[in-house]
Amino acid sequence: MSARAVDQASFEAEVLKSDKPVLVDFWAEWCGPCRMVSPILDQIAAENADKLDIVKVNVDENPQLAMEYQIVSIPAMKVFQNGEVIQTVIGAKPKAALEADLAAVLA
Amino acid sequence: MRNVIIIGSGPAGYTAAIYAARAGLEPVLLASSVEAGGDLMNTTEIENFPGFPDAVMGPELMAKFQEQAEKFGTEVILDDVTELDLRGETKTIKTGYSGDFEGRTVIFATGSAYRKLGIGDEDRLSGRGVSWCATCDGFFFKGKEIAVVGGGDSAMEEATFLTRFASKVYVIHRRDSLKASKIMQDRAFTNEKIEFVWNSEVAGIVGDNAVEGVVLRDTVDGTERQLAIGGLFVAIGNDPRTHLIHGQLDLTDEGTIAVDGRSSRTNLPGVFAAGDVIDPHYRQAITAAGSGTVAALDAEHYLSALDDAAKLDEEGETAEADALIASA
Repeated sequence: MSARAVDQASFEAEVLKSDKPVLVDFWAEWCGPCRMVSPILDQIAAENADKLDIVKVNVDENPQLAMEYQIVSIPAMKVFQNGEVIQTVIGAKPKAALEADLAAVLA
Repeated sequence: MRNVIIIGSGPAGYTAAIYAARAGLEPVLLASSVEAGGDLMNTTEIENFPGFPDAVMGPELMAKFQEQAEKFGTEVILDDVTELDLRGETKTIKTGYSGDFEGRTVIFATGSAYRKLGIGDEDRLSGRGVSWCATCDGFFFKGKEIAVVGGGDSAMEEATFLTRFASKVYVIHRRDSLKASKIMQDRAFTNEKIEFVWNSEVAGIVGDNAVEGVVLRDTVDGTERQLAIGGLFVAIGNDPRTHLIHGQLDLTDEGTIAVDGRSSRTNLPGVFAAGDVIDPHYRQAITAAGSGTVAALDAEHYLSALDDAAKLDEEGETAEADALIASA
């Protein structure tokens, strides 16, 4: 199962007002590393469904969100809790490295 | 036990796989989890790979390499090598999630990694305007003034590509002439959005939460000045990716894996190396592919020598068997 897409319209309800921490994967079709990291995020989502929600924002289709969160490098993975960004991870990394970066959220 | 384990999934690794697979050696190729396909995955049009007169996109070319390797029986595994022991007759490779692999031969084709500038603010501002991937990040610099550091083909390609988005692209180079090929130079020189900043190196990056500029140091007289830019793309070359084999394989003074003459033979029997990881000079997709061919043929030769030696051993001809192995 792959992470569901969130857009400008659904961002507030699905991300900012979520009860759980939400990792937002900012990505684009033309970004090779984004395509590589996507299945890894799906695995992490499946294994940690109780702790973390993972969604995707296509920056091509949602330039306002990309601008609002100052995305200048993708893949950019931002973890939101109670409407605030609590962590940012930039760049495709192997699963173990991502899990280490997200250790606080996944604990 | 595998006949051939290939580490790396760029042109060298996949070409070695195509040859080894067609020789019936059923190779396994460890492709990495997030960098499968290698450097060409982050390039756009490749105009100098023979057989593609109308150019081919990097990711498309690598997909074809993979398809061809798999067609002849290569098993491709999208995982990272975490540790390896190449010293014994049986080589052991550990991976992140796919278990251990044992092989009679290993072809090491891990390529190279982007070189960093090595200045203080680089890591802090990475992902905040400092980038190593123009195809990934150029989109975010629409209408902005940005800079590319470097003077080779990659720097020219990135600068030219980035003019699709940026209003202006400075090319910062530490010398007064370029290392890039003539066609890439001409393309950059005639692009009105590109301005060259010669004899300059980046001494610092300015900005708290985003890149706002760079401090340039003149390489001739040492004077420093500031240049306001919104993004910095680093294309100053690559270093061979050898951290996994330090202490096992001999390196050259240039940091590449040392091989015997034009062969792919390393200092360890049964271990071969190919592509950018052995090449400090040419570093092209086609030379890496050629190098991968050499490695597969060397591995094939080594395996048949081992098999022949085993037969001689059975027949009691141990001295001849030893001579055969020594020459493999």
